This record gives sequence, C-alpha cells and structure tokens, in this order.
Amino acid sequence: MAIEIEQHSVGLSKVAVSETHGEDSPYFAGWKAYDENPYDELNNPSGVIQLGLAENQVSFDLLEAFLETHSEASSWGKGASGFRENALFQDYHGLLSFRKAMASFMEQIRGGRAKFDPERVVLTAGATAANELLTFILADPGDALLVPTPYYPAFDRDLRWRTGVKIVPIHCDSSNNFQITPQVLEAAYSEAEAMNIKVRGVLIANPSNPLGATIQRSVLEEIFDFVTRKNIHLVSDEIYSGSVFSSSEFISIAEILEARQYKNSERVHIVYSLSKDLGLPGFRVGTIYSYNDKVVTTARRMSSFTLISSQTQHLLASMLSNKEFTENYIKTNRERLRKRYNMIIEGLRSAGIECLKGNAGLFCWMNLSPLLEKPTREGELALWNSMLHEVKLNISPGSSCHCSEPGWFRVCFANMSEQTLEVALKRIHNFMEKERELESKARLVKDF
Amino acid sequence: MTRPRPRTHESESETRNPTGGGATAMRLIVPLQGVVQGRGGLILGSLIPCALFYFFQLYLKRHRSPKPGSNPTSPSQSSSNLSDLQRSSSRSNLSSRGSIGPVQVSSRASSIAKPNDSPYYIGLDRVSEDPYDRLDNPNGIIQLGLSENRLCFDLIEKWLSENTKDSVMGRDGGDLSISGIAPYQPSDGLMEFKVAMAGFMSQVMGRAVSFDPSQMVLTAGATPALEILCFCLADPGNAFLVPAPYYPGFDRDMRWRTGVELIPVHCRSTDNFIISITALDQAFNQTRKRGIKVRGILISNPSNPVGNLLPRETLHNLLDFAREKNIHIVSDEIFAGSMYGSEEFVSMAEILDMEDIDKNRIHIVYGLSKDLALPGFRVGVIYSFNESVLIAAKKLTRFSSISAPTQRLLISMVSDMRFIQEYIETNKKRIREMHDLFVEGLKQLGIKCAQSCAGLYCWADMSGLISSYSEKGELELWDKLLNIAKINVTPGSACHCIEPGWFRCCFTTLSQEDVVIVIERIRKVAETCKISS
Repeated sequence: MAIEIEQHSVGLSKVAVSETHGEDSPYFAGWKAYDENPYDELNNPSGVIQLGLAENQVSFDLLEAFLETHSEASSWGKGASGFRENALFQDYHGLLSFRKAMASFMEQIRGGRAKFDPERVVLTAGATAANELLTFILADPGDALLVPTPYYPAFDRDLRWRTGVKIVPIHCDSSNNFQITPQVLEAAYSEAEAMNIKVRGVLIANPSNPLGATIQRSVLEEIFDFVTRKNIHLVSDEIYSGSVFSSSEFISIAEILEARQYKNSERVHIVYSLSKDLGLPGFRVGTIYSYNDKVVTTARRMSSFTLISSQTQHLLASMLSNKEFTENYIKTNRERLRKRYNMIIEGLRSAGIECLKGNAGLFCWMNLSPLLEKPTREGELALWNSMLHEVKLNISPGSSCHCSEPGWFRVCFANMSEQTLEVALKRIHNFMEKERELESKARLVKDF
Repeated sequence: MTRPRPRTHESESETRNPTGGGATAMRLIVPLQGVVQGRGGLILGSLIPCALFYFFQLYLKRHRSPKPGSNPTSPSQSSSNLSDLQRSSSRSNLSSRGSIGPVQVSSRASSIAKPNDSPYYIGLDRVSEDPYDRLDNPNGIIQLGLSENRLCFDLIEKWLSENTKDSVMGRDGGDLSISGIAPYQPSDGLMEFKVAMAGFMSQVMGRAVSFDPSQMVLTAGATPALEILCFCLADPGNAFLVPAPYYPGFDRDMRWRTGVELIPVHCRSTDNFIISITALDQAFNQTRKRGIKVRGILISNPSNPVGNLLPRETLHNLLDFAREKNIHIVSDEIFAGSMYGSEEFVSMAEILDMEDIDKNRIHIVYGLSKDLALPGFRVGVIYSFNESVLIAAKKLTRFSSISAPTQRLLISMVSDMRFIQEYIETNKKRIREMHDLFVEGLKQLGIKCAQSCAGLYCWADMSGLISSYSEKGELELWDKLLNIAKINVTPGSACHCIEPGWFRCCFTTLSQEDVVIVIERIRKVAETCKISS
C-alpha cells in the first residue's frame, strides 16, 4: 500500500515558464480583443476591425486562377512514383525543383539585379523559423544581435526565446525618418560592449516592418561596411521584398554584394518567405539564403526541425517556376498594394493624420503623437486602448515595436476588403473629428 | 524508428563532408586499432586511431572546402582541380587583411557543422552515393538502414485517386479555393485536423483508448515534437534517461539545441531488451551523483531498434518510478500502428486511463511518418496531460507548423475509418510477410533475431560473425557488410547497445526479390567471417 506523500507538481523548464514569448504585450492583447468581437460587414458591423495583422489578401484570385488553369501543378503526375516519391521525400536539402523556383522568384522580385544560387537556398517552415535558426547558428546564449527600432514585435520571441540570445536595439528616430546611421550603429555596439555583451550580428528588415519603407542604397552600404569592420554577421530579412510598390525602389543586400564581387559576403544571410508577397502564410514556406558555406550546411541540418511539407514544395515548385505567372503576379500585386496604400494615406490625411512616407509592405506607419495627452509610453497605450475599445480598431502601438518615440502606430491595409478599409477610415475620421471638437472646447474653457 | 535522415541524400554539394573518406578511414582505423591495442592497451588503442581519424578528417575538410569569397553562385561544387582551390585559398587570405580571421558562427553551430561520424549517418550517406537499383545499379548498396515503409503506397494512391481526383490540394475537382488555407492558421494545427488525428491514433492503437484533441499540439513531424517537449521539460545541462539501445537520431534531435543530456540505461538481451527498474534506478542515482538533474525518461514504445512492446507491468512500474522521483515520461509511440505480431499495443494513455491520478508528467509523441508512410508531409503530434506544457508547446509550434494544404489533404484521409482499417490490416499483413521472409533468411545463416512484433525492422544478433566480441569487432563487421556485401545496416553501437554484435535491419523498403539478394550477400560475408574466426 503506497504511502501518500505530498508531491510538488512536476517541474517545467525555464523556457516553458518564461515570459519571453511576449504574448502578454499589447500587440497580442489587441488580437485577443479582435478574436472576441471580430468585425463582419453583415453580421457584426460594429465589431473590432483588424488592422494589426500584416497579411496580404489582395491577390488570391491570381493564385486561384493559376491553379485552375494548371492542373499539372496540383497533381502528382502520372504513374505511381510521383506520389510516393513525394510522400517519402524528407531530405533536408529540399526539392531541387522547388529551390530552383524560389531562387528564380527571388531574382525576379529584384528585377534580375541579383543572382541566387539554388544550392544556397535552405528551406524552413516559415520565416519565423528561419530567423530563429539563423540566431541559433550565429550566436551563443548570452550574445546579442543588434536590431534597429522600431522592429517587428515578434522578433523578441523569435530571436530570443529558445536561443538565449539578446537583442540590443539600434535606436532610430523620426528626425531622419527612422533611418539607420553609422552613429546609431556605433552607439548600439558600444552599449552592448558596456554591458559586456558580445555582439554577433546586425539584423535588419528591408523593407522595414513596421515602417513600410525600403532602406536606401547608401544606408545599406554603410551597414555592410559597419558589420565588416566589426567582423560580425548581417541578417537581412527581406520578407516584404515583393511588396514594394515600385520595383526600382527596392535595393537588396544581394545587389550590394554583387556590386562588390562578393567580397566579405560570407557574413551575409538573407531571410525570405512566401507569407507576405504571395499571401500564403498558412503554407509555412520560408528560406535562408546564406553566402556562408558553413551556415548553409548547418542551417540545412538544423532545418530538420522545421521542414516544409514535400506536398507543398511540389505544389509551389510548378507555380513559382512559371515565369509568365510570377511576372504577372509580382506586377499586379505591386499595383494593388500601391492602390491600397494610396487609399489609406489619403483617407488618413483627410482625417488630419500624417504617416511616414512609405513605399512597401502591407502597412503604414502612422503618427498620432499630436493626440497624446502625455508624450510617454503610458500616453500612447491610453490612446491605443481608446482606439481598440471605443473606435473598435486594432492597430499596433509603436511601443510594442520598441519605438523610442511615443505616438506612432502601425496600421495594416491589405488584410481586408476595400469596403472594410473604408469603414475603418470612416471610424478614424469620426474619431479625429470628435478629438478636434473636444480640443477646441477645452481651449475655449481655458481661454475663459 | 528512424526518422530517416535525408542526411543520406547529401550529394556532391556536400563532398567537402568527407563521408566517402569516412568509410575509407574506418578501414584504416579498425585494423590500426587492433595493432595499437596490442601494444598500447585498450585506451591508447582507441585514442590513437581516433586521433588519426580526426586529423584525416581535418585534412580532407581543409582540402575540399571552397574558400569564402570565391564564386558564390556555385559555392558548393567542389572543384575537380585541386590547384584552383589552393589558389582561391591564398586569394582570400590576402583579402581578409585587417580582419581577425573569418566571421565566426556560434559554438552550437560549430559542433553541428562537423561531418557525421556515427556509422548510422555514414551508412546513409554511402547509400546515397551508390544506391542499389535492380536494373541500373545492381551492384549498388542496398538500404536497410532507413526505417521507411514502402509496402502500402498502392492503397494510399488508390484512396487519393478515388477521393481527390488526383489533386495535390485534396479538393474534389473544381474548387481549388486557396483562401481557406492560405491565411495564418493556428500554429499548433487546425482543430479539424486534431480531431481527425485523435480518431486516427485511437484507431491504430486498437481503440483501447481515446484521445482528446484539446490535449494535442501538432508539429511538422515527430522530430520537432520531441525537441519541443525537451525544451519544455528540461533546462540546458539537465538529463533524460533513455533505455538503450535507442534510435540514433535521439542524440541529435534531443541534444543539439536544447543543451540536454541523454543518459543511456542499458537493457540486456536476456530481458529481450526490456528496461529493468533496477537499472533505471542505478542510472538515476549515478547521474545525480554527477550533479546532473534528471528531468525525465524517454521511452520508445514500440521500441526502436528492437521492435518489441513494453508490457503493461513495465509501463506501470515506469509510472511509479517517475512518480517517486517526480520526473516526466515521454513516450514515443510513433510505430504504434506498425504492429505485425499477435500482441496488443498498450499506450501510456491506456495506463493513465486506469490510474486516474497525477497525469501531469506524461507526454506522448506520435506522427504519420511510419504508420502512414508519409514522412515528407511532416505530421507530428505532442499529446500531453499537462496543461502548462500544452500552453508552452503550442507557442513553440510557430517554429514548426504543419503546412495548411497538407492538413487539408490529410483530414479526409485520416478520418476515413473504413480506409484506415483496411490500411492497418493490410499493412500488418505485408510487414509480417516481409518480416518472416527476412528473419527466416537470416535464420538460415545462423543469425537469430530478437523477439519483435512491431516496427519496420528486426534486431539481428550477428555476434557469431564478429572476430572479437567488442565494439571494434562489431564495427569491423559493419564495415564488411557495407563495403563488401554492400548492404547498409545499423550497428548496435550507433544505438548505444552495450552488447556487441547486434544490428538493426529495416526490411520494409525491400521487395521480396531484394530480400533474397540481401540474404545472399550476407551469406558471402558470413562465410568469410567464419573462415577467419
């Protein structure tokens, strides 16, 4: 007969109990509010409109049209071997046909201005996994990556949680449109040094999330020179490269390297995915493109924890290697995104709100600092709360992106229909009107 | 349960990974070991050849890796012209003036970047270099080192052609709507798919237990399922006890990035390699004495590489042990649906059904790579009774989610109970036929196999063929089998088996004709062994 002894419940790891997943931040709280009361044109017209999700829904019809007219893309081919080969294929190199298709797609996005070698393409189940994998490979626990602010909130989780690596922010501000300068790079590096933290690399997003803007050539050159001087790595997350409104405005780090005959390129790694440009986040397709052989080898092996379904690789290989389709898609997608962007910028401007000048991405970077009661993080969160609960719009506060200046918000425009976007703009308009009324009343009172 | 490592398919892009050299080196090392051992004793006898082996690898690596900065558009084509490599080597030395050597990767990465030195991986690589094909390459190496099941694809293909009109998307003909599966899905899997998987698991395990979809987290394969559990249950430096022999892939999958240690708990052939609690207790205490905290036990049931089942009593005893020490149990049940014997599989879940207390320490791993032979589709399951683990694991699935179109395709297949029943029964029959043929063939050669009733392999005792009853002898035999008989089997030492001479032979990738050829090839080598011993 066992004697009952009181046991403490069986313990979990630090990773399991840590807060580094960051899912208690406003960024995610907004999602919860939306999930509880989602807007629907017919069924719930006063629900919360989701403007915090950077998803591209403007070009599904192009994908569907392709699949309808290209049945060979969506079949395993004649004969027994097609299906079973595919079903057995779990080689971490990935399907060659798919890697070739990805490499050529990436070239097309860059207007042929850079070459990509399929042998350097490492496949992962999404860019989330790609960024984490690279962090595991480039840095040891306790080391740091420098990341310019404002940055994509989930980096805190993706780059730090399981890896034990730190993020040291590179503080950018609106005085120069949040551009990265050699000064702020040096400042961040020194800050890390002062804390006795070893910097292993710089991670940039180009085009930037949440800024919605591409990085200029001269800035890229400076960043590359900086990492070369410090002998550290450079990760360029180019997940929005196909969502630049005008093709000529995007310069990839790949172009910089090619222009320099790949000197010192072994420190550079590009992350890409089909989640934004092709609007297929559910498919889980990401890639690491590295100019460093050791990183390629290691990343491949480590990708066994995050392989892309061979069925998906097969399906997308035929789609992406069809040059006619991809050219048309890239061009049309760009135009539609530009149209949406213009629509939202105009709508915001007529409501009296200015945004950072953007040229890419699925969102704009909106300046609501004039509305803040106090120019502080608390002031920003108070405003965010009103937007969420009174105006019923979920937008992302700059503080969750570690923006050094309060009052900036990221607003997505591609994850809903045009009608919904109109409704959202109208709500903002009304909100701004009310604010102005309140303000003028308050001034009258004061004047008295 | 070999989660078959496509590390096997490392092609010319990885020639700087001296796997070919590895096999040659083994041929040098093993006899060398014998020589040195005679003079310098066991330790030196192992150390010196290993050191030589290491330097040989280093030599190969230095002279094959293309230098950074050289043509990046085809970096991994190893140049056939040695002088080209040497020239670009000096060029890069010039260009790196001022910097302190090439930019470094993390120490985690450095350890992974090293070439595979386990016979398990070396063998897989060799096969990919020289794969057997009945028509095109009859003298190639026959693969018996990969636990893949090729016996029942016809059934799945038939189902697909009848149910999806051949579409990869799994839709009935016309409606190829992307908008349902394109957007972000819950990272831990569609609820519909979880429901389907819960039903499937119950079905393949003989309906003795039912699974609750809300206790499930889906991952891109069982490999990340195990790693995620490891991250949730243990901190770096902690340990799991693992009954040995065990699946070689555990060493990579569970230790690489987690920093966790695996402590083998040796099982004996006299127990048919079933874990004894005494041995477990000893291992626990020894580990604790070394100052290492044990967080759990990892069992595979059905077992890989032995292919037997853990009896009910053992499962109960393991549970008691885990309670007593307040640790977790991870039960990898990925071969539960690959039973071919008459015994019935008992899942950890079934034991818990009866016990009804303290389930927080139990976690089951499952997947479709073995039972449904779909490793490429990446479908894995974490099934846990611990709410906190489920919450944490769910968040971690963002790094390893299953592709939505794959989930969509499989939901209907896996929920088709009639089809699954037919599949399970046919699969069982075909595995058994192949098993019996293979084991009988080995028996004719005087090679006995351990009692097994599940899995895609048998655990063969070839100790009668090895010259010295040691790991060295076993590896010599492995080498002969690989390079002379040209069959790739997995030696017990790669599985941490403490008794030399055992080999895992996977037979479900073979046809009946192949089995005959394999036995014949083994016979030839067996004869030479008998002559020399």
